[in-house]
Amino acid sequence: MMMSEESMNLDVRPPSNPVEDLLRMERMPHIWCPGCGIGTTVNCFARALETSGLDLKKTAIVSGIGCAGRVAGYMKLDSFHTTHGRAIPFATGLKLANPGLKVIVYSGDGDLVAIGGNHFIHAARRNVDMTVILLNNHIYGMTGGQVAPTTPVGATASTAPHGNFEESFNLPYLAESCGAVYVARWTAYHVRHATKSIKEALLKKGFSFVEILAPCPTLYSRRNKLGDGLAQMKYYAAQSEIRNEADTKTVGLAFQGKIIVGKFVDREKPTYLDAMNAFYARKFGEGYEPY
Amino acid sequence: MTVKADPKGVLSGAHFIDGDHACAEGAIAAGCRFVAGYPITPSTEVVERIAERFPLIGGMFIQMEDEIASSIAIQGAVWAGKKAMTVTSGPGFSLMMEHIGLAAMTETPCVFVDVQRAGPSTGLPTLPAQGDMMQARWGSHGDYEIIALCPNSPQESFDLTIKAFNLSEEYRVPVMLMLDECVGHMTERVIIPPAGEIEIRPRRYWKGSPEDYLPYRADKDGVPPLVKAGDGYGIHITGLTHDERGYPVMTADAQEELVHRLVNKIRENAGSIVEFKEDRVDGAQVVVVTYGITSRVAIPAIEQARREGIRVGHFRMITAWPFPEKRIRELSAAAGAFVVPEINYGQMVHEVEGAVAGKTRVVHVPHGGGSVHDPKDIHAAIVNSLKG
Repeated sequence: MMMSEESMNLDVRPPSNPVEDLLRMERMPHIWCPGCGIGTTVNCFARALETSGLDLKKTAIVSGIGCAGRVAGYMKLDSFHTTHGRAIPFATGLKLANPGLKVIVYSGDGDLVAIGGNHFIHAARRNVDMTVILLNNHIYGMTGGQVAPTTPVGATASTAPHGNFEESFNLPYLAESCGAVYVARWTAYHVRHATKSIKEALLKKGFSFVEILAPCPTLYSRRNKLGDGLAQMKYYAAQSEIRNEADTKTVGLAFQGKIIVGKFVDREKPTYLDAMNAFYARKFGEGYEPY
Repeated sequence: MTVKADPKGVLSGAHFIDGDHACAEGAIAAGCRFVAGYPITPSTEVVERIAERFPLIGGMFIQMEDEIASSIAIQGAVWAGKKAMTVTSGPGFSLMMEHIGLAAMTETPCVFVDVQRAGPSTGLPTLPAQGDMMQARWGSHGDYEIIALCPNSPQESFDLTIKAFNLSEEYRVPVMLMLDECVGHMTERVIIPPAGEIEIRPRRYWKGSPEDYLPYRADKDGVPPLVKAGDGYGIHITGLTHDERGYPVMTADAQEELVHRLVNKIRENAGSIVEFKEDRVDGAQVVVVTYGITSRVAIPAIEQARREGIRVGHFRMITAWPFPEKRIRELSAAAGAFVVPEINYGQMVHEVEGAVAGKTRVVHVPHGGGSVHDPKDIHAAIVNSLKG
């Protein structure tokens, strides 16, 4: 590659981020803590977007509230930072009002499956064409480390100081049983796999779901004496087992236990809009203009 | 600036329909093509008619999993370029409050229809009340302004639904259409004019060059033009306090600047927003202040009092919010008393009291809901309001 005079100038500048074309660099530095896994997943997401061939001018990202809820605001896309738990119904309106948009929901576990759980299951059931990337750090980070529906039994949290005894969600199983057409789980350690899965999910028609486990060193790891972000990445490396097409019933998570990762579900079903158009075309005949 | 309604879907002619159905037709005439809702009595007929009509006119109706979802799905649809509304009654309206705040904060033009029933809680699902008037104004946390309209007939339900959409686009604000069960379920003649006679306010899309666009840089009237997702602008929209770029700014200064504008774009334009009807208020000894179904129930009481020689004026609010404060204050200079019947235990009456600031007597005629007032009670209040 030819180097321009300008780029040969040896001014000391920080090396640019390889995905910065996709980021709102004017908003950096971001709010995430050192060792947090969210940035790693954003990198995977950005690389997946870059190679997806999607028209980024027609791609919108929607987040709820929380640490992962800040992702939308850092992406150089049409981005919507909505209310707590409600990214999915906002995204449903966005997509159904303009089917030409690619719509991505990027948010955390507390946002999407606690307060937003009802919307998650119904969007999967309807098979609304959207990609949901769920950042699972087992905890409410933004508010200070409270117990979540994804906190494993035995882990402690600020609102479960004696330890959590509530059963946690097995999210791939939940997503599959509600109707998601694409379901995968990776960790922040599995950057290449996660990138590939996100890209597949982005290109999959229907409700696609990627869960990514990511360290929260400040609130989850520290309280549970699990070390820093790196220590949690080492745990992911040591305890993850790739098992594509695993029965999602078997992929529940235990405190610092084995993590089954992989692409579990990849199936075909008509999307909400396809089903509606096909149904109404039969019902109304030529009088119906496909939406 | 207005354009004529899209004739597609406008059922011009005379109809014999209820206020809920008229609201659905008003929305269609206004260009609404996205409705998200959740069934709730006594509002359900609005979405039933929408669900029936939309497939053949290019509209999208979706019955969401709850009112929380409905009230934000419409906002997604607005940012994708549609005119959108949701429809509910008290319990569902309560669930929507956070998203009224979101719409106010993000300046998302949309319409919320509330067909009021008696509360609190599940209350009397099939019977009327006017108990959500303060909730419409103050239900979401923080400071903001909304617009609320109160039809008193199926014809007005049609007309004011169109007006609600037009105002939401003009001011980029959520507009509440406050029906009550009586108006919602009352069947009367409704004239739907030809599309060419229906004025529609189109969305305030940005017309300058993309480089110059800032999502929250307001025009002179305090309202910023908008673009939609997919236009290539890469907009960021957040419920956090934000600057002109739409980016979060966590300072008191940014908060002051934003809230000041959100509030004043309505307050300073109240003169052009507020609509009311008056009957013989000049020289009146007593002015009866009403809205919604109560405006019709009050008429026999007013007429009876007039026959008895009392000069009674009737002031009917069509716009409840912003409250017609200026006009009430003017009337208070001459009137001896205001009588305010409403199907609640005291809501809009506080605004009347605030406007007259103790200078004129204000008599409330409360009703707990479940029916309308007995006109005799309103008549008695008129007569008694003039006694020492």
